[in-house]
Amino acid sequence: MSFKRRIITQLFLLIVLAAVALFVALPGMPDLKLGSWTSDFNINLGLDLQGGAQLVYEADLDQLADQNETELEDALQGVRDVIARRIDPNGVGESIVQIQGENRLLVELPGISDVQAAMDLIGQTPLLEFRTEGEAIPAELDVPLEMNFVATKLNGSHLVRADVSQQQGALTPSVSLKFNSEGKDLFAEITKNNIGKQVAIYLDGSIISAPVVQQSITNGEAVISGNFTLEEARELKQRLNAGALPVPIKAISQHTVGATLGAQSVQASLFAGLLGLIAVALFMIVLYRLPGLLSVIALALYASITIALFKILGITLTLAGAAGFILSIGLAVDANVLIFERIREELKLGRSIKTAIEEGFKRAWAPIRDANISTLITTLILFIFTTSVMKGFAITLALGVIVSMFSAIIITRNLLRVFVGRWSERHSWLLGWQIKKVTDNK
Amino acid sequence: MKYSIVKNRKWWFVLSGTMILASIVLLIFVRLRMGIDFVGGSIIEVKLEQEIETGADVEEALSDLELGSVLIQPTSQSTVIIRVAEIGNETQEQIVQKLRKTYGSAELERFESVGPTIGEELRQKAIYAMIIVLVAIVAYIAYAFRKVSAPIQSWKYGVVAIATLLHDVIIMSGLYVLFGVWFGAEVGSLFIVALLTVLGYSVNDTIVVFDRVRENLSKQKSESFGTIVEKSIRQTITRSLNTSITTGLVLVAILIFGGGTIRDFIAALLVGVLVGTYSSIFFASPLLVAWEKWRAKRKSIG
Repeated sequence: MSFKRRIITQLFLLIVLAAVALFVALPGMPDLKLGSWTSDFNINLGLDLQGGAQLVYEADLDQLADQNETELEDALQGVRDVIARRIDPNGVGESIVQIQGENRLLVELPGISDVQAAMDLIGQTPLLEFRTEGEAIPAELDVPLEMNFVATKLNGSHLVRADVSQQQGALTPSVSLKFNSEGKDLFAEITKNNIGKQVAIYLDGSIISAPVVQQSITNGEAVISGNFTLEEARELKQRLNAGALPVPIKAISQHTVGATLGAQSVQASLFAGLLGLIAVALFMIVLYRLPGLLSVIALALYASITIALFKILGITLTLAGAAGFILSIGLAVDANVLIFERIREELKLGRSIKTAIEEGFKRAWAPIRDANISTLITTLILFIFTTSVMKGFAITLALGVIVSMFSAIIITRNLLRVFVGRWSERHSWLLGWQIKKVTDNK
Repeated sequence: MKYSIVKNRKWWFVLSGTMILASIVLLIFVRLRMGIDFVGGSIIEVKLEQEIETGADVEEALSDLELGSVLIQPTSQSTVIIRVAEIGNETQEQIVQKLRKTYGSAELERFESVGPTIGEELRQKAIYAMIIVLVAIVAYIAYAFRKVSAPIQSWKYGVVAIATLLHDVIIMSGLYVLFGVWFGAEVGSLFIVALLTVLGYSVNDTIVVFDRVRENLSKQKSESFGTIVEKSIRQTITRSLNTSITTGLVLVAILIFGGGTIRDFIAALLVGVLVGTYSSIFFASPLLVAWEKWRAKRKSIG
C-alpha cells in the first residue's frame, strides 16, 4: 500500500477505535450482550470510593503445627470457605475473601454499614451437623429439601478428621471420615437406622453433602464416594475439617470508609481530574499550537481507551488508583512533548515539515521507551509489594503508561501526518512558539 | 543564553548539599511522623456539624472513655481526626456516640485500625521495595547504556542515576518532615508509594538527558565532555520543564479540589516531581561531568 493509503487506513481504524472506546468509557451506556456473556460497563469502585470495610484476619494454625504444607493450606482454605459462605451465602454480592500468604485472610465488604455485625458473623465457630431424614413428606406439597432433615446428636466435635482417599478399585476419589469413640457409637446408631436413606451433613446451616447410607458402620470410619472430582473431594474434606477442628482467627487490621466520604471523594477526584486536564490542554495548545491541539485530541482518545480498558478488565478503582490514572495523563503528555521538541529541532535544521515529523518521531522513540520502561519497572515492584489499595495505583499507572506510549506513537503520529502537511509551512505560527519561518528544503 | 549550567556546577552542588544536609538533620532530630500503617493504632474520622478550632474540647469530651493517649486533629471540612492506640468497633462506636451527645451530630466517615504485626511487616516490605527499585533501575540503565564507553563507562551512568535518586529521596523525606510539622502529614503506605513513583518519574527525566548525552557523544567526538553534556541539557531542558509543568498542573488541581484523604500523598508527589526535575538538570548531569573531570585528573597525576 502506498504511504498515503496506509495513513488513511490507519486514520480510519483510529476513528473506529475512538468510537468503541467512547462507547465503553462514557457512563450510562447500555450494557453489552454478546450471546451469553454480559458485561455491565460500570467501573468497579474500590472501598475508599464506594464505602465499605476491609478486614485482615490472622489464622492461628499452631494446633495443626505437625501437619504438612498441604494440610495447612487446606485448613486455611476451609476457613476461607466458611467465611465466604457466611457473608455471601448466595454468591451474588461483591464481597471478597482471599488468602494472603501463609496464614492471613483478606475480607472486603463493599457498601456494608454494620461492620461489627459482619465481624461477629465471621468470628463465629463453624458448626458441623449430621442430620437424618425426617418423616416422609407427601409428594403434593412443594417443600424444599432441607426441611426434610432432622438434627441428631452427631456433630463436628465428634469428627476427628476427614481426608481425601482413593478406594481400591474405584475410579473417582472419595472422602473418608474418622469419628472419635463417642462419635463412633452415635454414627453406628444413625447408619443402622437409616440404611438406604440420606444422611445430610450441614455446615453453618447449609448442606454440604447428603450421601445415602449403604450399610451400618460400627468402627467409626466412613467413606463418602460418588462422582467426585479431585476438586470436589478436596473441597468437601476442607469443609468437614473446618467443622471438626475450627481454626481460630483474629482480626489484625480494619479499614472502614463511610459511604458519604466515599461519594465525596469520587466527586472531588472527578472534578480535580477534569480541571487538571483542561489546564494541560490549554498549556499544550498555547505552546505547540496546531500540533498541540492534535495532541490534546490524542490525549482525549488515550483517556477514553484507558477508561474503557478499566471497565473491560474489571479493574477496581481506588482513590490512589484515580491519582495514578491522572498522573499517567501527565506522563502521556510528556511523550508528546518529547516528540514535538524533536520535530522542532528538525525544523530548525532546515528540514521540510513532513521529514521533520518523521525524523522527530523516530528520534524521540528511544528516550520515550527507556523512560517509560523505568516507570513500568517501578510499578511492577509496587504491585508485588503492596496491598490492594496501593496495588490499584500501580495497575492504573502501568496501564496508563502502556496505553500512553501507544497513543503518542500511533495516534499522535497519524493525526500529525494527516493534518499537518506542507501547507502548514506557510503558516509557521501554527506550529508553535518560536518557530521561525521554515525554509523550503528537501 | 550564555549561562552555563555545567560550568556553574559548584553552586548547584552547594545547593543540593545544603538541602540534603538540612533534610538529614530534620530526619534525625525532628523525625517523620509515623502513621498507623507502620506503628499500629487506630484512626477515626468523624464529621461534625460545626467547625472545631482546637482539639482540646474534643479531648475533654472523650476523657471519661479512658482511651489513653489521644491525638486530635481538626480538619478544614468540619471533621475531626482522632488517633488512638488500637481499638475495636465497640470503642469506636462509643466514641462516636459521645461526640454525638456533645456536639449534636456526629457521623463516622472513616475508621482504620491496624495491629502491630502488620505495621512491622509493612515497614519491612516498604524498605525491600525501595531497595529493589533502586537495584532494578541501575540494572536497567546499565543495560540500556551498555554500548557507551568513552569517556565514561556505562555503569557510571547507573551510579550517577542512583546518586540522583538518593538525593531526591532524602530531600523529599526532609520536606515531608516539615509537612508533618505544619500539616500533620504522616508516613504510611501512601507515602512509600509516592516515594517509589517519584523514583520512577525522576529516573524517567534523568534518562532523557543521558540519552541525549549518549547521542551527542556518538556524533561529536571532538568536543569536551563538559560541552557535550551542557549541550544535551540545553536541548532537553524545555522538555523537562514542560513535563513538570503539565504534571504539576494536574497535581495542583487534585491538591486543591481533590479528595482530602489523599492530600498528603498528592503533596508528596508534587514535591517529588519538582525535586526530580531539578535533580535531573542541575545535579545528575553536572555530577557526570565532575566525575569525568576527577577521573581525568587522577589519570594525569598518577
